[in-house]
Amino acid sequence: MAAGNMSSQKPSAFQDWWQKTSQTRFIYMYLFPAFFVMTMITFYPLFYQVWMSLTDYGVKNLKGTPPNFVGLDNYWYIFGGGLAAKLPNFNFWRLLGFNLFWTFSNVIVHVVAGVLIAVLLNVEGLWAKGIYRTLFVLPMVIPSLVIAVVWRNMFDPNFGAINVALASLGGLVGMAPEMFQIRWMEQINPPFPGIPLPLSFFAVLIANIWLGWPFMTIVATGALQSIPKDLYEAASMDGATSVQQFWGITVPMIRPAMIPATMLGLIMTFNQFNVIFFISNGGPLRQTEILVTIAFRLVNEQRLYGVAAAFSILIFFILLGLTLATNRITKATESYDA
Amino acid sequence: MPETTKKLPLGQQLIYQAMLLFITFTVMFPILWIVGMSLDARDIARPKELFPPEISLQAYLRVLGQPTANPVTFIQLAMNSLLLAGGVAFCAVLIGVSAAYVFSRFKFYGREYLMLGVITVLMVPAIATIAPLFVLLNSINIPIGSGFNLRNSLWGVGLAMISGALPFSIWNLKGYLDTIPKDLEEAAIIDGASFNQVFIYIILPLSRPALAVTFFLGFLTGWTEFALSWQFLTKPENFTLAMALWNMTGQYSGDTPWSAFAAMAIMLSLPVAIVYLFLQQHIVGGLTVGGVK
Repeated sequence: MAAGNMSSQKPSAFQDWWQKTSQTRFIYMYLFPAFFVMTMITFYPLFYQVWMSLTDYGVKNLKGTPPNFVGLDNYWYIFGGGLAAKLPNFNFWRLLGFNLFWTFSNVIVHVVAGVLIAVLLNVEGLWAKGIYRTLFVLPMVIPSLVIAVVWRNMFDPNFGAINVALASLGGLVGMAPEMFQIRWMEQINPPFPGIPLPLSFFAVLIANIWLGWPFMTIVATGALQSIPKDLYEAASMDGATSVQQFWGITVPMIRPAMIPATMLGLIMTFNQFNVIFFISNGGPLRQTEILVTIAFRLVNEQRLYGVAAAFSILIFFILLGLTLATNRITKATESYDA
Repeated sequence: MPETTKKLPLGQQLIYQAMLLFITFTVMFPILWIVGMSLDARDIARPKELFPPEISLQAYLRVLGQPTANPVTFIQLAMNSLLLAGGVAFCAVLIGVSAAYVFSRFKFYGREYLMLGVITVLMVPAIATIAPLFVLLNSINIPIGSGFNLRNSLWGVGLAMISGALPFSIWNLKGYLDTIPKDLEEAAIIDGASFNQVFIYIILPLSRPALAVTFFLGFLTGWTEFALSWQFLTKPENFTLAMALWNMTGQYSGDTPWSAFAAMAIMLSLPVAIVYLFLQQHIVGGLTVGGVK
């Protein structure tokens, strides 16, 4: 009797193991769906793309004929400038430099404006908060395709809303309306001496800022709403000003949500196809072209699938470098804060 | 200062209101431009004024029937978009939140590599994966009826979209879960709750704002997605609203039925705005405020 009791209380080796690994089983069980789906529809196509980039994959191969292996020819074609024969004014390094500048100039504005507006909208006792929050989500709600077409029209030199508005503003100080027939997309000479950027860059920048900050505001608002009110109460009891509260409480508390959003914003802006393609179409003289618009032209206009695959692989490694660099920067500042 | 019954001083209130009204103006300007265009009775390519001299609903009526030359009704287009966007967002949040929770809370073998894998995929732009997805999904054929090609179906487009939406969902939810204090979970574990119970009864309710935001953003992406569906779908009965919108813009701006296009753009935008308003009730922040005390 006593012995039987003993054995039922003492777990077997299997039960012991089962107990100890319950957390491990839980972890992998919860990971499995995401892991499975991503392996099938994300990673496998990406490896397939690597293979495609080493071949002369073209329209003829879509029917099932295997393409020829060409090694790294597609990559040399892109770096060496051979591609300029197909796409005039194509220069890989200039393209890359512009793409990076475009990304950082946009995201800095998006994050700063997005957080400030979210904080403003989170002020207690503010009138019409709900109305503003609803209105400010509109740029995200409208498909970027539509937004791009509308902004393109707004930048029309003769009838566009921007020039018409500028002309009526200028009219107030006695300037002739002819001064405001600004050719936003076509003007080749840089508007600001010393800054080698065409006017169309500023046009797409304005449109993309309009498009980009509401996302940051949504994310920041979500994070702001989960900050316990007690923290602010305690801080103001200790005599902290609202500026001190912003840097001491708000910024550190929304930081965990804003960092992924910012990194995502960097990647999304780096690949902001719609704004560039539909508004400036990369012009004038490919000066506002970015990597993805070129990748699209390679598939859509040139039908060079192998070269396009190689180009996509290059985009991937550039983005990898960009992410690792920003990740390191945010980690570095994190330990500095703590 | 911030108390529950706090009132904002009038001066501050007015300054804030002025700032917000200016922002509202910049946000609304292009939108009023489209609304004006959609109501313009003259149907011209480039309206010179924000508000047209004559207003009519002609454009909307035209779009609500058969918006494009393709034999597909507005209702069919809207159903396709709804199924695609809703399905993709639901799958991405459901699959994403469990992975996000594990990434946020546990140290385990392979964590860093898997996280790196998620971030890696986040970086791949949709346009850069169209070619391999097209080729691979195209090779899956099921011989039922007149033959089912996975690529040329909403299922195929949906799968391709989840491929892009899931990494975002995991990454965004993990970012939010990291901000939730661990005290509640630890207390529950001490009280004998299992990991499943912690996840279902503590994590899911607490992350409701993030789930709602992530679902909404996923829905929005699916609803406005264009490149994949344009590349994959060839049967008009599978077309989405975004594709129909693009079909309405001609190759030259002179060909575009601008008012109908603007009306379509607005009708495409309205449901998403409504979904957002509906979800906003769930985006109630500060759920952790009462819980941790």
